[in-house]
Formats: sequence, C-alpha cells, structure tokens
Amino acid sequence: MSVTPAELLAVMGSRQLRDDTTVFAGVGVPLLAAVLAQQRHAPRLTMVIEGGIVGPRIEPGRLPVSTNEMRAGRRAQMLPGITDTFLLAQRGFLDYGFMGGAQIDRHGNVNTSVVGPDYWNPKVRLPGTGGANDIASLCREVIILTPHERRRFVDRVDFVTSPAWLDGGDHRRRAGLLFGGVSRVVTTLGVFGFRPDDRRMRLEAVHPGVTREQVRAETGFEVLEAAEVAVTEPPTAEELSQLRALDPERRFLG
Amino acid sequence: MRDGDHVAIGGCLFSRTPMALVRELLRARRTRLTLSRNLMCTEGELMMVAGAVERVVTAWMSIGLPWGVSRVMRHHVESGAVALEEWSHLALGLRFRAAAMGVPFLPTLTMLGSDLMAVAGTKTVQDPYTGETLAAVPALFPDVALLHVHRADRFGNCQIDGYPHMDADVARAAHTVLVTTETLVPEEEIRGHGDRTVIPGFLVDALVLTPFGAVPHECYGLYEADFDHFAEYTAAIDRDGMAAVRAYLARYVDGPPTHADYLALFGGERLALQQARARELTG
Repeated sequence: MSVTPAELLAVMGSRQLRDDTTVFAGVGVPLLAAVLAQQRHAPRLTMVIEGGIVGPRIEPGRLPVSTNEMRAGRRAQMLPGITDTFLLAQRGFLDYGFMGGAQIDRHGNVNTSVVGPDYWNPKVRLPGTGGANDIASLCREVIILTPHERRRFVDRVDFVTSPAWLDGGDHRRRAGLLFGGVSRVVTTLGVFGFRPDDRRMRLEAVHPGVTREQVRAETGFEVLEAAEVAVTEPPTAEELSQLRALDPERRFLG
Repeated sequence: MRDGDHVAIGGCLFSRTPMALVRELLRARRTRLTLSRNLMCTEGELMMVAGAVERVVTAWMSIGLPWGVSRVMRHHVESGAVALEEWSHLALGLRFRAAAMGVPFLPTLTMLGSDLMAVAGTKTVQDPYTGETLAAVPALFPDVALLHVHRADRFGNCQIDGYPHMDADVARAAHTVLVTTETLVPEEEIRGHGDRTVIPGFLVDALVLTPFGAVPHECYGLYEADFDHFAEYTAAIDRDGMAAVRAYLARYVDGPPTHADYLALFGGERLALQQARARELTG
C-alpha cells in the first residue's frame, strides 16, 4: 500500500516531537502524529487538547472527531476547563503546538477565517480560529502540518488568523508576543524552516522523489532554499504499521 | 428572554449544549439575538435558519471535522444575514473570565499581532511595570446564560462531571442564569461533595430538571453525541439546502409538544445505546 498524504504528514510530524515535552494537538493528523511519537520515541510526551484535556490516553480505533468529546478526554490526567488549559500555554508550559490552515504565507502566518479582502463581506467564510490563534501565539514552538498546494501557499494571507512571524524580522516580538513562533512547516512535498534574520520560509528538506521544481510550482511565493537541502527519510514500515493500527477505519489517514 | 438579548450558551461544540433551552428559545420566536459561545455547532445553525440571531460571537463554527465546513454558517454569514464576530478561543474565555471576576478587561498575550484584534476593535494596553504591550480583552456580560449540568439541588447548586468547559465563568458573567439539569439531588448530596460544586445556587435564576437535556449532543459520562443524527442532518442539508433545516425545525423544535415527545423522536433504544457508549468511554 502506498503512503497517503495524511500518513506522510503524521509520520513526519511525529518525528519533530522530543520526549518529556508537552504538545497542543488538534484532532486528525496532529493527534495521530502525537500518539505515534508517544508510542515510538516519546513515551513521556503529554498531549494537551483544547477542549480542556491534559494527558489523555488516546486509544487505537477510537480517535476523537472533536476536541470536546469523550474519546479525546479518555483517561485524562486532568480536565481543567478550556480557559485554564490555554493559560497553561500562556504561562509557557506548552513546548509544541500543531497547526494546519487554509492559507499559509511566506512568514508562516495562517488564515482559517475568511477568503477575500473584507472580513465583514467574505467571499468564503471559513470556520474560524478555534484555538489555532492561541496555539500560534502561546506555544514555544509551532509546527504546521499541511498538504502542499499552490492555492494554500500564498504570498500574503487574506487575514492573519494565527500569527507566525507576521511581516518577518522582529515583528512578532514587537507585536508583544514574548516567545514562540512557527519553527517548521511540514508539507506533503518537504520540510521548511525560517531564515533567522528576516524569518522568510525556506526549503530545508524534500521528501524522497520530490524535486525543487515541483516545490516551486506548488508554492505561490519565491521558494528560498537552505544552504543544503536534505532529503527526508521515508516513513518506515514500522512507523506506518503503528500509525495504521491507530486508525484502522481510516477516518483520518485517507 | 427578550428580543435583542445577548444570550451566552454553555458547553462547547456538541458537548453539554443546553439543547432543551435552545429549543424553547426557538419556540418562543425570539429575534435579533446575539449569541456567544466558544465553539458553535448545530444549535447556532438552528438559530440562524429560524431567524432568531443577528450576530454570533465565537471562535469557530461548524459541527466537526467529519461533517465539513458548516453550509448553514457560510450561507448566513456570506450573505450578510448574520454577523460572525470572531475571537480566539482563549480570548473569548478571558472575556467571560473578566466578567466573572468583575473587572472590565483582562490583559493577555493571545491575539496580539493578528488580524483578529481589528474584528471587534480589541485595544492594547502597556504594562505599567515593564512597558510591554498586551491585548486588553473586554469583559463580556451576557444578558442571559443557558447552561446544562449533570446535577443540582433545589437551590440551584450545580455540579458538572468531566470537562467543565467555560460554564462556571459564563454563569458568573451573565445577568440571568437559566439551567437545566440531568438529575435533581437532595441538598445533602451536594453538601457531601461541595468540592464538586462549580456554580453556587445564588447565581441561578431558574433550574429545570431535564434528563437528556443536551440530546442530540453529548453529556459527559451519561450519553454520547448522536453522530448518525449529525450525518443524517448534514446529508439532508447537502441535498436540500436551508429547506432541510426548516424541515428539521418543524420536526424537532416545533413538532414535539413536550421534552418527552422530543426524546421519543430518537427512541429509547437509541438513547440507551448512547448511554452505554458514554459509560464505556468514561469507564
């Protein structure tokens, strides 16, 4: 069986997480990435879910469809309420946050609110931030997991729902955000980081078989490249079998 | 409740939504309401199609990942029929918290630098000690709060099992607090576990014993959300658009004369299955 886009993102996302850390994860691919990391190399990873859930035991075949349901809260270590859960992040206790988004720009800012120039007269009204803005504002390190499509990777997002580096440089700090920011954008084509000075997105690795031309063709802004662009290790058979066991009905893995 | 009121709804998404109160509000044909809720779900859709609401204050609206972006929300917001005032999840929580604390605003880092700041004109403040910039999210004092809890005594002292969402803050923030409860327990049972009480009775204006008061949404540990019901509802919308929601309102809101008649539309077998699932998931 070939690797689906969701499987690739979940495996690559799981590899970003270190042991003995905390991660703010939404349902779907982010949660799969976190559970996979927990099963493999990060047994002491604590998942935090925005429905007000700290340290749940997510069970294979019983993945939650919402951050506010019993499958997400199963055997949790703590159920502190939503506001207090986010305040753990504001205090600096959340090492990682996972995010996706309808639009992502060259500085990693994400739009999940409106398509079109006028917020109050949107061409397309999207569901909204949910906790994404809070994760982007308050986690120490944010990792974006997303399919790589030209319509998604835009020069400027129509609306900054979730701030990464804003207009680049030290703009995030000047806006008052004391820590955090997007460190990695993991896509179906490769892995991006940000240039330390101007915080522009740059290609750091491609997945096996992906060319830089392909990345450029699927990106709506100039693709900068790191001095050396690596090739990622493809998902191993063991990673894939563990991941597939989590979602046997393939509700999220495609 | 009066036309034009600001109504805050407890629970979150399809968890512990006070659906019986929402249905009653719809039957009373209130209009021009503002609704606030951290994540909005089918209750918001019903309010939109019924013409009850002109503004929603929320962080997110749809049913959930498997059911896609809410067509009802898109239809009403993109046409301008309903204004969607978006706040981050924490910012909205802090608005209820500020009101619950009796202060006019709370300083926070969240939303800083984002375009969400401009949506409702959120201002920044300088920390008088360090000079750092903070977002000042304004207290939100709803006219009415609608809440559903696991148990209460006849004085309105309320206890919630599982994730508490924002209900305790919403109860403190609102001027009028209306509560439905799954069970009404003797005063001594509340007194025996006072540590579990999250809303003191003196905040509560009215309490109604309403078992299954959140159906088809979930109530932690007691019954699971009815995902099949959501699937049928969204499939009908995909087929017939807003007419499907009007038909839903006729069948589930205006049709059944009593709460028992409403529950009969789901059937005892289905409710028992949802109960068994909840017991198993929280066991």
